[in-house]
Amino acid sequence: MQNVADRFKPVRTFALFLLSCLLSCAFALAARAQPGSAASSIPTEALIQPEELVRIVQSGKSAKPLILQVGSNVLYAQAHIPGCEYAGAGSTESGRQQLRKRVDALPRNQLIVLYCGCCPWSHCPNVNPAYQELRAMGFTKVWVLYIASNFGTDWVDKGYPIAKGG
Amino acid sequence: MKKAVLLILTVIVVLAVVARRVGRDWVPVKVHGAKRSDNRRLAPDFSLPDINGQRLSLSSYLGKVILLDFWATWCVPCRGEIPRFVELQNKYGDRGLQIIGISLDDSPQPVRDFYQQFKMNYPVALGGAKTGDLYGGILGLPIGFVIDRDGRIYAKHIGATDISVFEKEVKALL
Repeated sequence: MQNVADRFKPVRTFALFLLSCLLSCAFALAARAQPGSAASSIPTEALIQPEELVRIVQSGKSAKPLILQVGSNVLYAQAHIPGCEYAGAGSTESGRQQLRKRVDALPRNQLIVLYCGCCPWSHCPNVNPAYQELRAMGFTKVWVLYIASNFGTDWVDKGYPIAKGG
Repeated sequence: MKKAVLLILTVIVVLAVVARRVGRDWVPVKVHGAKRSDNRRLAPDFSLPDINGQRLSLSSYLGKVILLDFWATWCVPCRGEIPRFVELQNKYGDRGLQIIGISLDDSPQPVRDFYQQFKMNYPVALGGAKTGDLYGGILGLPIGFVIDRDGRIYAKHIGATDISVFEKEVKALL
């Protein structure tokens, strides 16, 4: 019996090695995806598509959401959604402080739309921290504009309305 | 059995460390999608402060093949491209390639820190909305322009682009 166990020992070790490699690969893939996990972790129900927001912006309804750009000030100055305000980069503490200051006095059921558009969605460093900040402050209606590639490609190039200036 | 457990743990730890290093700067790159123009328009000139406060203008590099990279320190895909650009500058610099970075960061200090950390070997200017407007709007990062020796735009790449694409274009123009 001992001999049989000994005979299979290398096989068992190899199988364990293989298993550990598979586990490591899975872990490696998870780590690789980490830079993108930030924006991707925003719940789907909190996302709004560009065409949907365009309809809201262009509608005659008086109750419009507060639209805040939480990415780059330089990109904002070149083009932004009409009526939107720059509220600081969500990836920095100073940016989040600016955001907190802007919304602090608002009722917690105010509809707020956040967007950035600096980089492809999975690499945006700004929207998720800004979203989490507002949720932590108790805001219940926070939407995030889903921009797949960047603001130029997914908004400006589609002919959606823009405004310029800082 | 103890040896096997030890082996598994070692492999996991080593691969996890490697994965984190790779993961930090890993970005998906596209190989296609360049907007290449046969009727090349002149690249707009600019004069901007570099990270040391000196003026940097595009026209002062006329006669070289230029890779103009709009980027920012907080932009993950941009960060992934920088080490490849450093290699490209090393490889083709003496044949007439000049890479120029234009950072769209809101303040210069992160750019200076990044420049040191990544041992960048090409000039970096601090751009703004006006520079972006000059180039048709830089409304997403990174965006790279390949400019020929006559100062005309040969190609524009929006988003992270495989370095082999840039290399092929640069070689064609050198």
